[in-house]
Amino acid sequence: MLSRVAENLYWMARYLERAENTARLVNVNGNLLLDLPPKVRPGWAPLIEITGSEALFRQHYPTADERSVVKFLLGDGANTGSILSSLGAARENARTVRDYMPREAWEQVNTLALHARSNLAAGLGHRRRYEYLRDIIQGVQQITGLLAGSMTHDEGYQFLRMGRNLERADMTIRIIDVRSANLLPEASDELTPFRNIQWMSVLKSLSAYQMYRRAMQVRVRRPDVLKFLFKERLFPRAVYHAVCEVEGCLRTLPRSEAAIARAVETKELVTGSRPEAMTQAQLHAFIDLLEQQLSQLHAAISAGYFLAAPAAAG
Amino acid sequence: MAIRWGSYRTKGYYDELIRAAGKPRAAARGVCDTLRALSDRELEERRQAAELAIRVMGITFTVYSEEGGSIDRAWPFDIIPRVIPAGEWRRIEAGLIQRVRALNLFIDDLYHDQKIVRDRVFPAELLAGSKNFRAQCVGVDPPRGVWAHICGSDLIRDQDGTVYVLEDNLRVPSGVSYMLENRLVMKRVFPELFDTHAILPVDDYPSQLYDMLCSIAPHTGDKPEVVVLTPGIYNSAYFEHAYLAQQMGAELVEGRDLVVGDDDGVYMRTIEGLTRVDVIYRRVDDLFLDPAVFNSESTLGVPGLLRAWKAGKVALANAPGAGVADDKAVYAFVPKAIRYYLDEEPILPNVPTHLCMDDKEREYVLANLDKLVVKPANESGGYGMLIGPQASTKEREEFARLIKKDPRNYIAQPLVRLSTTPTVVGNHAEPRHVDLRPFILSGETTTVTTGGLTRVALRKGSTVVNSSQGGGSKDTWIVDEGAT
Repeated sequence: MLSRVAENLYWMARYLERAENTARLVNVNGNLLLDLPPKVRPGWAPLIEITGSEALFRQHYPTADERSVVKFLLGDGANTGSILSSLGAARENARTVRDYMPREAWEQVNTLALHARSNLAAGLGHRRRYEYLRDIIQGVQQITGLLAGSMTHDEGYQFLRMGRNLERADMTIRIIDVRSANLLPEASDELTPFRNIQWMSVLKSLSAYQMYRRAMQVRVRRPDVLKFLFKERLFPRAVYHAVCEVEGCLRTLPRSEAAIARAVETKELVTGSRPEAMTQAQLHAFIDLLEQQLSQLHAAISAGYFLAAPAAAG
Repeated sequence: MAIRWGSYRTKGYYDELIRAAGKPRAAARGVCDTLRALSDRELEERRQAAELAIRVMGITFTVYSEEGGSIDRAWPFDIIPRVIPAGEWRRIEAGLIQRVRALNLFIDDLYHDQKIVRDRVFPAELLAGSKNFRAQCVGVDPPRGVWAHICGSDLIRDQDGTVYVLEDNLRVPSGVSYMLENRLVMKRVFPELFDTHAILPVDDYPSQLYDMLCSIAPHTGDKPEVVVLTPGIYNSAYFEHAYLAQQMGAELVEGRDLVVGDDDGVYMRTIEGLTRVDVIYRRVDDLFLDPAVFNSESTLGVPGLLRAWKAGKVALANAPGAGVADDKAVYAFVPKAIRYYLDEEPILPNVPTHLCMDDKEREYVLANLDKLVVKPANESGGYGMLIGPQASTKEREEFARLIKKDPRNYIAQPLVRLSTTPTVVGNHAEPRHVDLRPFILSGETTTVTTGGLTRVALRKGSTVVNSSQGGGSKDTWIVDEGAT
């Protein structure tokens, strides 16, 4: 398989996953705000932090109010991480590798990108935003399902899976990082009931609430949520699961020793950690470390498969 | 009723479907009857169904926008097919095969002994002035002596019904994917017509292309590795490159994916390392193919590719230099070439062509600019043309100046009154001018597409069918009347 094609499949999956995650974030934040008392509502600024785009946002918008943040995350062309930009980039990547996917998958990616663009007004307004974001999430899931169900699970498919899982792991730790740091003041007892709501919102942004209840069978508490989201082997959006998936993909590919070593390191970093016992500062430092580790894993995949092979042959 | 053939006016043009007001040609009768039975609403529904199919299938072409960057547009498609009876088609097919055989012999001769020049059938000064003659290709023997493996010849029909060859595209002809996709769209939109008509299928093309490419592989034995070389996603025909690669199950590569080794072999960069390539269907122009030999600025090509081809380590289709016969001045000599190499009379005529490099002909052209169409010899896409009868005095003066400055680069032809075919406009049908581009494949054998791509000038009265200039396309049906 061509290196360039592998790279395009990888990025197509990453961009699709990014669009889906952003849609989840915006959706859940809207719900969360409705449940919290006005004086402690964290507002919309945390979403900009989660997506790591504060500087860019400030260049274009004076305040992080709902209207601006939603516009920035859904439809701002200047924001390469916005849903429209991500879907556009996914489409461009898909376009160059359409001969590698079932035709329906390309049609779906194309349709989803067009749909997101032509219905943007619905997403920006209040009333129909939920439906708009649900369509995006379902659209991406449909593509994922279509690829799982009708694309040969060959090398190209492994690159798709790697892209999806690395993006997922990355987004999960960003959400934890920002959401935990922005929690309500630790001391105020009167807010305890709302604290649970906030942790629930973390779970919900990852579609993890139900799965958490089933797996942990305890009420929503910080230590258990952290343990679940970092270390649960069986939950697809948990960091540990995602890294195991990447490792599994690498084991089916040629010339993968270096990248596998990175994946194993990352796994060990997660299994050896005790996030449930960490203070806020420790957690933040741990997440930093994990982010670096994930970006090194990406670099190893890129160096092994995407970068130009040596120029002389034969 | 939306379409009333009784009020359809052919206005002295040859119409492909309608003989005279209200009278469909025999092969088109079924189509015309079906269309006539549709209400306004049904016609609109079919049109929208086609539009949706095109959008969903992602059939696009790329246009360059002034503000930098390029955008994808769906290529306008008209739902009324253009119908050609199978009997007539067989004659055209034979004419095309004859023509391409002669063209290949001609190109091979130009790069070897140039017998046709020495025998004074083809003027030496015309060859000397050719922009597409590649001195680097002299003496090369491509497999089976074939240079133009894929040829797209444009056919037009005059008011008396005669079919002429307007030009032969031998460099990187495009459009065949639209021919294939148009058929898929029509099957979705008018399934009932396919039940009642014997419409000859077109979907063989990708396998014929693949077989042809395999037949020119430098070695026999293992299954050859065939790739399609594209300039990349910003090329206007990228959709087609991806489509054909997908249909053939071949890798779609860009220049940066390939590398020429010290052994002169061509390799592609894959996740397993470098792997060998045997045949390249290249959709990159000669001059961008190999920066080591041609345009050194080119980032689309592969350094050393020409060396690999000359060493016989890789086959290129079309061969570099094949474009020498894709020149509107050279075109004028194709009928002579057919007689010279094959000792046969041309089955399909050329449009009469005046070469401006000839003093007498130039005088005639300059004196009759208001009646003639003037074309540069080496442009494609309908650019840089003068349509005399429709041009302003200023435009004609400008062309007179251009012709005098560089006579070798200009030819002139009488304005052919291009045939028309019914096309949906609003809620009824109006005549619009069309041409036809069949594709001819030459390898071990020579095959022609069943029909080809019908391009239609969607603007009323316009004869410019190019997609970049307001053209659209139609499905082309070769209908076997005997079988209905």
